[in-house]
Amino acid sequence: MKGRIIDDVALIMTERDTVATALTDLDDGKHIRTDEGSITLQEAIPFGHKFAIQRMEADSRVQKYGEVIGTASDTIRVGEWVHTHNCESTRGRGDVSKSAVATQSKGVDPE
Amino acid sequence: MAEFRGYRRENGSIGIRNHVAILPTSVTASALAERIATEAGEGARATPHQMGVQQLEPARKQTERVLVGTGRNPNVGAALVVELGTESIDAEAIADQISESGKPVETLSIRDSGGTTPAIKSGKKQVAALLDAVKTTRREKADASELIFAVECGGSDATSGIAANPAVGNACDRVVESGGTACFSETPEFIGAEHILADRCTDERTKAKLLERVEERENLAHLMGVDFRGAQPSPGNQEGGLTTIEEKSLGAISKGGTTSVRDIVEYAEPLPKGSGLVLMDTPGYDVESVVGKVAGGAQVVAFTTGRGSTTGNPIAPVIKVTGNPLTWKRMSNNMDINASTVIDGESLATVGEQIYETLLAVADGQRTGSERRRLEEFAINEIQPQQLDDSRRYAR
Repeated sequence: MKGRIIDDVALIMTERDTVATALTDLDDGKHIRTDEGSITLQEAIPFGHKFAIQRMEADSRVQKYGEVIGTASDTIRVGEWVHTHNCESTRGRGDVSKSAVATQSKGVDPE
Repeated sequence: MAEFRGYRRENGSIGIRNHVAILPTSVTASALAERIATEAGEGARATPHQMGVQQLEPARKQTERVLVGTGRNPNVGAALVVELGTESIDAEAIADQISESGKPVETLSIRDSGGTTPAIKSGKKQVAALLDAVKTTRREKADASELIFAVECGGSDATSGIAANPAVGNACDRVVESGGTACFSETPEFIGAEHILADRCTDERTKAKLLERVEERENLAHLMGVDFRGAQPSPGNQEGGLTTIEEKSLGAISKGGTTSVRDIVEYAEPLPKGSGLVLMDTPGYDVESVVGKVAGGAQVVAFTTGRGSTTGNPIAPVIKVTGNPLTWKRMSNNMDINASTVIDGESLATVGEQIYETLLAVADGQRTGSERRRLEEFAINEIQPQQLDDSRRYAR
């Protein structure tokens, strides 16, 4: 497996990542030892789900695989669950860009 | 050199199965094609689908490409093309194109036969003769470089990107190293990871085409005024820990391995053999995506799943690989390879080698779980011409 396992229970895929993936169901309040110290989970994290390993301010990038997987929609504290409630995709967003696209395409010759 | 024993076709291609394909040209001939295949017995494989008798030109051309490509797939030893008799697709023309590959091909018209009862009777007779004809072909020695290996993912979860996909990717690297072709697809699942693939393209033309296709798929969401959330990642993907399309894509592309991207071909377009890693522009719908690659000539498919997909294909064996320990435990009947050992510390290379060895064994005749259970899903991707036209316009 690519990455670094912390405390036998979670995976950090690259050193640029801001989240770790739970390799087993993790309980709320669990302390996870890391090279830098420890992380206390702020809620239960199911197997395969992610938690923050560093604080992320609203609108900042969420990184996994060393790449951007979305934007924090709110402040995310260390140990919080990171999922659709606080991390938004920036791609395939027709809901937010439709009017912009429609305006741009107005008057454009289809040929 | 890695070898296996396969069925050498007249045009030099090598099949790993020796099926008689029964190909309906529209939905109106599909039930009958299935009926004939069931009654004709082992060896006959129908490809029932949903396409109508009249299709707009781009959709019709794509359907024709799928039918011809499926018939020409080296796993097919002979084919029967079945029509109601009103289709805009000409069964004789499809049969002619398939027979260029040197295999026996017959046609059957339900109307000309005088209805379904006589058509089933004639069809069974034709298939029995074709089965007799293919029986004379024996397995002979073939080289791993002659394999076209398609990879697919469906029912993904967080384990897909960390275990099953990179393990299958390792097997892809081995196929490419052996001189074969590996192919992955599902363009919507390049979104957010396309910059990584673009950097791996061997030439500027491929890179430009790849980025253009990704933009078209993304613009379909803009065109419809919707966002991908809810569908991409799907509710099941989300339950499995995948939050955004970017995260899903970054995990999905690892199933293609680490070699250079040599080309990106159209849906169901022939995949050249001995060509390294080639992409195909397909939708994210896994059954249609597998069908596109098999029509492109892939003899064997590896399909990764986290949450537990059971789909197969009528023409090409599908090797199911899961990285989720719970899915392996609960659905072991439908799974061929347990890649969840990667999470316990087994190396990707070890599991990748196991997948590559399984691939060669399946090429040699070993049956996969989906083959034993006769899971043979088939669906053709239907082009919506207006949508495509508009998405290209937005892309400018």
